Amino acid sequence: MLKPAHDVGIVGYGAYVPRFRLPASEVARVWTDGTGGLPIKEKAVAGLDEDTLTMSVEAARNALARAQIDVTQIRAVWVGSESHPYAVKPTSTIVAEAIGAAPFTQAADLEFACKAGSEAIVMGMGIVGSQMGRYVLAIGMDTAQGRPGDALEYTAASGGAAFIVGPAEESVAVYEAALSHVTDTPDFWRRAYSHYPSHGHRFTGEPAYFEHVVSAGQELMQELGTQPSDYKYVVLHQPNTKFPQRAAQILGFQPEQLKTGLLVPVIGNTYAGSSLIGLTAVLDEAQPGDRILMVSFGSGAGSDAFSIRVTDKLNEVRDRAPRTQDYIARRKLIDYATYVRYRHKLQMN
Amino acid sequence: MSIPRNWRTRQQRYSLKAEVCNTCNKHIFPPRDVCPHCAAEKQSWTNLSGQGEVFSYTTMYNAPAGFEEYAPYTMALVKLAEGPMVTAQLTDVDAQDVKIGMPVEMVTRKLSQEGEEGQILYGYKFRPMLREAA
Repeated sequence: MLKPAHDVGIVGYGAYVPRFRLPASEVARVWTDGTGGLPIKEKAVAGLDEDTLTMSVEAARNALARAQIDVTQIRAVWVGSESHPYAVKPTSTIVAEAIGAAPFTQAADLEFACKAGSEAIVMGMGIVGSQMGRYVLAIGMDTAQGRPGDALEYTAASGGAAFIVGPAEESVAVYEAALSHVTDTPDFWRRAYSHYPSHGHRFTGEPAYFEHVVSAGQELMQELGTQPSDYKYVVLHQPNTKFPQRAAQILGFQPEQLKTGLLVPVIGNTYAGSSLIGLTAVLDEAQPGDRILMVSFGSGAGSDAFSIRVTDKLNEVRDRAPRTQDYIARRKLIDYATYVRYRHKLQMN
Repeated sequence: MSIPRNWRTRQQRYSLKAEVCNTCNKHIFPPRDVCPHCAAEKQSWTNLSGQGEVFSYTTMYNAPAGFEEYAPYTMALVKLAEGPMVTAQLTDVDAQDVKIGMPVEMVTRKLSQEGEEGQILYGYKFRPMLREAA
């Protein structure tokens, strides 16, 4: 279990979901003649002028609007993603510059498939918990790639969230502890210079997602001496609708505890942003004293589990920035052809 | 745009970093050495709210080189809440929904990119106020 020397928490949080939605039925119409089940209703698609950097900047600005801190006190800007705009040139320095945190800050881009965002939070807990720095900006954001016609194309979506990790006494929610669980599990990968990821089909379930999410969640609760009934909410990584529903059930949670943070049916799988943006939706509704269990998952594979307790400050800061549901409500449906244009799936030259 | 020019203007492009004239107290954007209102030379840095309204607009169907990918798109003169007028692309809005006087807010977006291997240029655009669009 990871527990910092000094208590830390979330000082500010912010979400971002782009405006466009591709219904899963559109993917089915093009590739399966409309047959077969649909894993979600629709997914969020970044527009032509959006990428992981632009979405990170907006989520970070929302987090700052809630935190209302001196931005020059941010000692690290970490962006977790598997769709950084450049292969070499950090997204994080551009975010730092855009929000005014540059130049006296740490900055790095993280990669651990869908777990890169929660990894940034754990690292932020270390910086703040050791009092090396007062605040850390941790972001999980993606414009997820899916091979045309592949099962992932139904769900691979755009969006994510930003968190400012800071001292517990300034926090809207306090991290009681975290726990990480990683193994070498080849369930999903993308090689250098490849446009699209590859995956192990059914292998992505039991040995990968369920093994890591359930083990991390169980182990953290066991070490903390908590049980599912102690938590008002549970937020899990959500590659589709069924996986988090089943994992929550195995962990002993009720559907009601999962519902608020389960956004995948209406925005898709935002990869590194997935569990993080689910947490923002929960923070938009949670009340002081509520406890939240969050478990991320990244292929390759690993999970970070967090036990979080909401403080009295949450109600003060909530409406200083748009709620996650404000972004979800702002939607414009697009067809598959428009999606192909927006996600650059046509080779023009 | 060249690498040095992009680099020099990064803060004004990313976040509307502006100046206030120390003599007449008017906001100046983009930043410059001499106040365009009173010709004084001393200014202080400030941040603009990013909020404003559409003063006028036009939709581009024949885009200049480097912007073809985004056509058709709408360019607007945006009157900022603090006073300066900026020319910028509107985003997250359909051309037929743009109106003179429409409240807008600044967002940082991709402006252009130099092919597949060159740098990506980011900067300000404006969109309808998010909560009103939802």
